[in-house]
Amino acid sequence: MMARLFNALGGTFLAFFQYLGEVVLLAADTFRSIFTHKLRWKLFLDQIVEIGLLSQLVVVITGGFTGAVFSAQTFFQFNKIGMGSATGAVVSVAICRELGPVLTALMVAGRVGAAMSAEIGTMKVTEQIDALRALAVYPTDYLVVPRALAMMVSMPLLVAECIAVGIAAGYFIAIFMLEINGTYYMANMVRWTRNRDIIMGLSKAFCFGILIVFISCQKGLSAREGAVGVGRATTEAVVNSSLAVLICNFFLTMLLNIIYPAGYQ
Amino acid sequence: MIETSPQISATPSQDRPVNSMLTVRDLIKTIDGQEILRGVDLEVAHGETLAIIGRSGGGKSVLLKHLVGLMQPDAGEIWIEGQNITGLNERQLSAIRQKIGILFQGAALFDSMTVAENIAFPLREAGERDPNVLRENVRQMLDVVELEGQEEKMPVSLSGGMKKRVGLARSIIRRPKCVLYDEPTSGLDPVVADSINRLIRRLQKRLGMTSIVVTHDMKSAFDVANHIAYLHEGRIYFYGTPIQFQQTSDPILEDFLLGRSTEEREDKVET
Ligand SMILES: Nc1ncnc2c1ncn2[C@@H]1O[C@H](COP(=O)(O)OP(=O)(O)O)[C@@H](O)[C@H]1O
Ligand SMILES: [Mg+2]
Repeated sequence: MMARLFNALGGTFLAFFQYLGEVVLLAADTFRSIFTHKLRWKLFLDQIVEIGLLSQLVVVITGGFTGAVFSAQTFFQFNKIGMGSATGAVVSVAICRELGPVLTALMVAGRVGAAMSAEIGTMKVTEQIDALRALAVYPTDYLVVPRALAMMVSMPLLVAECIAVGIAAGYFIAIFMLEINGTYYMANMVRWTRNRDIIMGLSKAFCFGILIVFISCQKGLSAREGAVGVGRATTEAVVNSSLAVLICNFFLTMLLNIIYPAGYQ
Repeated sequence: MIETSPQISATPSQDRPVNSMLTVRDLIKTIDGQEILRGVDLEVAHGETLAIIGRSGGGKSVLLKHLVGLMQPDAGEIWIEGQNITGLNERQLSAIRQKIGILFQGAALFDSMTVAENIAFPLREAGERDPNVLRENVRQMLDVVELEGQEEKMPVSLSGGMKKRVGLARSIIRRPKCVLYDEPTSGLDPVVADSINRLIRRLQKRLGMTSIVVTHDMKSAFDVANHIAYLHEGRIYFYGTPIQFQQTSDPILEDFLLGRSTEEREDKVET
């Protein structure tokens, strides 16, 4: 009985590490290819459009409404103890360090990660990947490298945009609806928000981009059994990359806080 | 009564095959616990056309995929022009794959590209950038497969037979030494099927291409092949010329040749 339990647990554990290994191997293969093979510029630019340009609406809405609601909630609490004008500082630091990168990453995982695994998965089950290989084109070079590079470029930009929109939305809510004094709001915000907060947000964005792209591409490349397989790969890609983003966010926060400590010093 | 060519029975050794385009030795492959190939031996000379026939689900497509390294065998060897390709990694296989074109059973066109982009893809990947050269080559290939003027169509809007022919154009545009066709004529009307058969013969005669044609279509096999190999239960059950195949009295081959299911034979035995 115990032996069976341990067997099952061991099996799950092994499968998990095997999966992790496959993602890491794909990442290693991709980085090797980035440094040793010529980039296909057209595919890279296509992906920039796909990831960067077409995510604009999603990112603006996410950033705007999160900044607005966070600003309002913070004010409701802080106002009770007469610290309403500190709202700006709290909103901007929180959006830079946590809300901007994490929410953008989750939205990108849902939009871009799903599209990547569905597209690559469909190519896999319809033998298009085999056709690439048969035509002496290495699928990692052709499919994964442009996506990975585009993601590494786009994610920090998208997060920067989300942060900017979020802070602006928070400001407008605070000034025009909550009637905080604009000068104090700005002064506190600028005083408490440091370069390191922004650097932390953008570093996280870069890491999350890498997580999403490799998890999604690996799921697509290992899709099996027709339309059902592609559907499953897509769902798993979104779920896994979202979980990975949330889990890694905690460890990144702890790590980056050593390098870029929070607070006013 | 199993006929094999003298070449095959005479080469059980492990040494490097000479003077053959392609040699397969004792190829074994199990997928998901199911034994698909149980020791396939095959030899294809330069410039000849071999037809591989066999029941559907018998592993013909799996065998073809091994020949260009798309699948790795559990055991056995594959030699292409004197080079053993088993165990090579993807990048090392690239050089081999330049020499061999493959037409997939489902054509496997890139569905995000037009017909012209699909056909030009191998040339573009080989470094050809001049749009005029590409366009001219595509036009020629479309001529060859009798699909003039279809450049701008997307694969989704093509019929099965048209997809096959576009796939064929894509696999031969780089003039490979050897082409593997996975059921090139299935799903085509008899007239187009005949033109594909003629095309295969023409490529063999004019360009000296070696061809391996997987087919169900006996007419096509007799039309194009110098040799016929019958894949049965994971092994090459018969190897010989089309004439030898037609004259056979082996019940399994006769069933296949006449399109008889086993029950029918049993019925006849009973009456
Ligand atoms: N990628 C694969 N994964 C699992 N099973 C496969 C795969 N490819 C082929 N098979 C199995 O191998 C057997 C032979 O298939 P195939 O080579 O396609 O037959 P055919 O002779 O009709 O071309 C079938 O039973 C099929 O289910
Ligand atoms: Mg087949």
